[in-house]
Amino acid sequence: MPSVLLLGAGSDMAVALARKFASEKFDIQLAGRNTSALEPMKLDLQVRYGIKASVHAFDAQDYNSHASFFSQLPEVPAVTICVFGYLGDQEKAQQNWLEASRIIETNYTGAVSILNIISQQYAQSGNGTIIGISSVAGERGRQSNYLYGSAKAGFTAYLSGLRNRLFKYNVHVLSVLPGFVDTQMTQHLTLPPLLTAQPEAVANSIYKAFKSKKNVLYVKWHWKYIMLIIKLIPEAIFKKLSL
Amino acid sequence: MQKRLSNWGNYPVITSEENAFTQEEQLRQYVVANSSIIARGNGRCYGDASLGKNNISMLKYDKVLAFDIQNGILDVQAGVTLDQLLEIIVPKGWFLPVTPGTKYITVGGAVASDVHGKNHHVDGTFSNHVIDMDVLIADGTTVCCSPTQHTNLFQATAGGMGLTGIITRVKFTLKKISTAYIRQTQYKAANLDEVLQLFDTYKHYTYSMAWIDCLQTGNSFGRSILIVGEHAQPEELTAQQQKAPLTIPAKRKLVVPFNLPSFVLNKLTVKAFNALYYGKNYKKEMHKVIPYEPFFYPLDAILHWNRGYGKAGFVQYQFVLSLDQKEGLVAIMKRISEKGWGSFLTVLKVFGKQDSLISFPMEGYTLAMDFPVRKGLFEFLDELDEIVLQYGGRLYLSKDARMQQQIFWKSYPNAQAFADIVKQYNPDARFESLQSERLLLTK
Repeated sequence: MPSVLLLGAGSDMAVALARKFASEKFDIQLAGRNTSALEPMKLDLQVRYGIKASVHAFDAQDYNSHASFFSQLPEVPAVTICVFGYLGDQEKAQQNWLEASRIIETNYTGAVSILNIISQQYAQSGNGTIIGISSVAGERGRQSNYLYGSAKAGFTAYLSGLRNRLFKYNVHVLSVLPGFVDTQMTQHLTLPPLLTAQPEAVANSIYKAFKSKKNVLYVKWHWKYIMLIIKLIPEAIFKKLSL
Repeated sequence: MQKRLSNWGNYPVITSEENAFTQEEQLRQYVVANSSIIARGNGRCYGDASLGKNNISMLKYDKVLAFDIQNGILDVQAGVTLDQLLEIIVPKGWFLPVTPGTKYITVGGAVASDVHGKNHHVDGTFSNHVIDMDVLIADGTTVCCSPTQHTNLFQATAGGMGLTGIITRVKFTLKKISTAYIRQTQYKAANLDEVLQLFDTYKHYTYSMAWIDCLQTGNSFGRSILIVGEHAQPEELTAQQQKAPLTIPAKRKLVVPFNLPSFVLNKLTVKAFNALYYGKNYKKEMHKVIPYEPFFYPLDAILHWNRGYGKAGFVQYQFVLSLDQKEGLVAIMKRISEKGWGSFLTVLKVFGKQDSLISFPMEGYTLAMDFPVRKGLFEFLDELDEIVLQYGGRLYLSKDARMQQQIFWKSYPNAQAFADIVKQYNPDARFESLQSERLLLTK
C-alpha cells in the first residue's frame, strides 16, 4: 500500500487527515516532536483501518536532522502532508524575538527545510504529492496576526513556486488555505460557526482535492471570496481598519 | 471557550466553558489547575449530569488502543463513541456486551451512567463487562481500577456520574455474534397484565422490551407491544444476506432540521401515533429477521429527533420499582394517563438482578417516557417522585434534570456510601456538575 507522511501528526487536523487517508487504505507515517504522544494514534489507525502505521521523531525547527529523518523512514511516502504550524501570540511576538522566530521558523523556515529535501526526492523519482497546509491569514497582513500571517504568506508563495517547478516532474503540489477550523489551536477563540470548519470536513475536502489534483483549496469555500474582498480593499483604507 | 451547552433533552441550556484535550498530560494539567470540572461525552444523557462550570469534552480522546479479535476484548480511550466501535467490531463477529437505545454515546459515558440495554435481565449493566479502567482523580493521578483493584473507586465510578474523577480508558469484553442481524418477535398485549405475563414467558430471550401506550384506560390500560430478539444465526438469513452475514446495508439518515413548534406533540397526535403504531402490528405475533440497527437504535435513524419537542426541550422520566410493586406501576401509570401529558415514546422493561453500589437498575419494572417541558410539569413530576418513593423505587440519574435532593437521598439506599467514596477521590468538589450540586452530592 502507498503511504502518507504526516508532518506534525499531533494536531486535530492531522488526526482527521490520518483517519481519512487510512480509511482509503493508505499506510500512515506519523511524524512529530512528542513521539510517545503519537503512539495511541498509531494503534488507533491499525485497529480501525487494518493498515500499517508508524511513528517517527521530527522537529520542524531542528533543520540539521531533516535529511536523516527523511532517509530513515521505512519507505518513501507517496504523499507528504505538511500539517505543522504555530499560531503563537502576536502581541508577545512583537516584543519577544524568541516567540517571533518560533512563529517564523515553524510556519515557514522549518516547512521549507523539510519540503526542499522531500521535493528533491520526488523530482528525481518522477512522482509524489506534496500537500501544504497554509492559511488564509497569509493572504493579507493584519495587525492581529501578521507574524503568523507573514510566515504563512511565505509558505503559500513557496508552495506555489514548488508546484510550478515540479509540474514537469509529474509531482503535484496542493496548497490548502483553511479559514477557521475548530481545533485545539483555536480553542481559546470564539469563532463564527458558519465560517468554521470541523477538522473532519477539512480532511474530506483535502482528500477530494488530492484525488482531483486541485492546485489551491480554500476550506470552507467561502473564504476564497472573503479573502478576495479583503485583498481588494485599498491599502489607504485597510491600514485604518482594526482587523 | 464559552459555549451554549445542553444535553439531549435541550433542558437546561447553559452558557459555560468547554475545553477539549488529546493527551492525558493536558488533561492532568487542566484538572490540577481548575475546579468545578465535569467530563462531558457526546451529550446524550438527557438532563444536567454532564453540564457544569468547566466542561471537559472527551470527544477528541477517542483512540482505540487494542482489539483482541480472538477473545473479544477492546481497550479504548473513553471518548470514543459506540457507533465508531460497532463499525470496527461487528465485521469481525463481535458486538457490544450492553448497549442503550442510542449508539451515539461515549464509552466513558456508558460507564459513568452504567447504562443498561434490552438484555439487562441476562447480561446486567455495562460495567459488569469492564475488565479494568483508568480514572484521573482530583489530585491529578491516574488510578487503574477494576472489580478487584481499587475496588471502591471502580464501584463508585460505575454509575457514579463522573463524580469520582475523569474516566480516561476502559477495557471491556464483547459479545460473540455470527451475523449482524437480529431474529425479532413482536407480541401484541391487550393490557398491562398481559404484557407483564409475556415478559415472564419470554424471559429466556436475550433481548426484550415493550412499547407501552400510556394514554389508554379501562380494559386496554397498558396495551403494549413486547419486542424480543436474539442474534440471528447464519442459516436464518436470506441467501443474499448470507453472502456477507456481518455487514448490513448502509441506510440514509433522516434529520429533524430545526426545533418543531411545541404544539406538534399534544394528546391528540400522541394518541394517533400510538394507535397507528399499535395497529401496525395487525397480528398477535410477528416474526422477522432485521439488521441490528433498527432493533437496537430505532431512533438513531432520525438524527436530532429531540428537536421534535420544540425549543423548550423535554425531560425523560425513568423510574424502577421492584418486582413486587406492580401496584405501584399501575398507580403511576394511572396518574400519567389521567394527566394526559405522556409521550408517544414510552418504554417498559423488566430488569434482572443487579448488585451494585449506585447504578440505577434493580430487579423489577422500569418505565421511561418523555415529557415536553411546560408549565406545571415539574410540580407534576414531583408528585410522581413521591409515588415512586412510596413504592420503594428510584429515578435514573442519566435522565434526570430536576429531581429534588431529598428524593435522591431517600431512594438510593447506598447514597451515603457512594458520597463517602466520592469524597475520598474528589475531596474538594473539584469534579462537580449541575446535577451533583442540585443533589448535594459533592457539597
